[in-house]
Amino acid sequence: MDTLILGLCYGGIYALIALGYTMVYGIAKMLNFAHGDIIMAGAYAIFVVLSAQGHVILALLAAIVVCTALGLLSERLAYRPLRSASPLAVLITAIGVSYLLQSLAQIFFDSQKRPVTVLPPESVPMFGTTVSVASLWTLALCTVIMVVLTLFIKKTRVGCAMLAVSEDRGAAQLMGINVNFIIALTFAIGSALAAFASLFYLMQTSVVEPTLGAMPGIKAFTAAVIGGIGSIPGAMVGGILLGVIETFSSSSPALSPYTTAIEFGLLIVILLVRPVGLFGKKRREKV
Amino acid sequence: MSQWVLETQSLGISFGGLKAVQDVNLQVAPQALYGLIGPNGAGKTTVFNLLTGVYRPTAGRFFLEGEDLTGRSTVEISHRGIARTFQNIRLFSNLSVIDNVLVGMGNSSPCTLAESILRLPRFYTSEKKLRAAARELLDVFGLDEERRTVASNLPYGKQRKLEIARALATGPKLLLLDEPAAGMNPQETAELTETIRFVRDHFHMTILLIEHDMSLVSGLCDELTVLNFGTTLMQGKTAEVLHSPEVIKAYLGD
Repeated sequence: MDTLILGLCYGGIYALIALGYTMVYGIAKMLNFAHGDIIMAGAYAIFVVLSAQGHVILALLAAIVVCTALGLLSERLAYRPLRSASPLAVLITAIGVSYLLQSLAQIFFDSQKRPVTVLPPESVPMFGTTVSVASLWTLALCTVIMVVLTLFIKKTRVGCAMLAVSEDRGAAQLMGINVNFIIALTFAIGSALAAFASLFYLMQTSVVEPTLGAMPGIKAFTAAVIGGIGSIPGAMVGGILLGVIETFSSSSPALSPYTTAIEFGLLIVILLVRPVGLFGKKRREKV
Repeated sequence: MSQWVLETQSLGISFGGLKAVQDVNLQVAPQALYGLIGPNGAGKTTVFNLLTGVYRPTAGRFFLEGEDLTGRSTVEISHRGIARTFQNIRLFSNLSVIDNVLVGMGNSSPCTLAESILRLPRFYTSEKKLRAAARELLDVFGLDEERRTVASNLPYGKQRKLEIARALATGPKLLLLDEPAAGMNPQETAELTETIRFVRDHFHMTILLIEHDMSLVSGLCDELTVLNFGTTLMQGKTAEVLHSPEVIKAYLGD
């Protein structure tokens, strides 16, 4: 039972990050490989506030501000000038932004691992076992965030405009939608979700370092592809699935050394059986 | 204010050395139904792409109600009041019918983004008004019943109508219709003719349309411009133009 809860926690974290990947891919048609490093930046923001005896909420707010600012900044300075460039150029630029952020973190904070305690390690008895308070927060907030995001996309006109841009950027522009604004907004939302993810990730791992974003980043990307990149429910389900599989595998003595192999193996199997991912739609090109 | 809703002066575009369209002079009066016809490849859709900012003209200028819009961006032109439909339907096919129209209404939202995210009272009233307006618009096209249907599940004729409704939702002064009758059977075409005439009368709309279906053109348009090989072959009243030997020759050959 506690394995399942821990799995759902990691799943929620991966889902939040995967949402950032999948929304940016769906709307800007690019893979933002610097997304993992946005999480790292958020983690350092939390680290700084907590070391100064700041409250957790304050730390979260700082992370949201830092992540959103970095997301918007990288979009404006690095990706927008390449809006009509080849996808490969944008991809390589994103990798460049990723290294830039990691190097900046090393300059400001050096490359040492540093311990962070987000919440005191308290547990409450539940379901015949004990569950950490951090996990409960993670589960509750992840659920709320995903519900709010789904409602935002489905029920508001800005959300509609985002779906419209992802479907046909040219037609959306001709209907008077400011595509640059919608793309910037997508980066802002994705980065704000990354800020939440960095908080929850720190609750589980309690360590910051400049390369902290790499592993959750790549795993969430895997989750987004498993769910069907570009699909919002796909990212949620993919993330949770991956988190649960990872936790169950690493808690079993026999499978634990192979956990990462199992996760990426799952990606390969899904890509072989259903290349568009679980929730991906087949694109039919009309002539 | 100019007496023309749309005026183009020697409008043209070259792709490298190829003059795709040159020297197009249109003068479209308020509430006109103006036809742009010509054989395949004559440059009709290119003219639409120039007028909506998809392409930037390399020669000439164009004016909407006297305001020079040459070289403006697609979004700006849409905000100024030129809307269009497409030769091959480009609806947001995964959105519902009403959402397609609401997306077009983005131009007219009076509340700021912060207000809509925080869902302040003004957001609800404006959202309600917009929804009501969207439903009214759908009702005009007989689509209100199907407003929750996903656009791609509509029958073809209704998708065409929805595209016109979506274009009207942006609140245009000039509506560009790119082959609205493409792929329609005679009965659907007759119905469409009525719809277009209704749009003109009900919304006091000025309409410029590209069409191949001669029954639609002769039944609908007051004036025509015939393009051939990117240049103007003839302009004038519909009946005169369609009976001109030159135009018949351009369409049918010698």
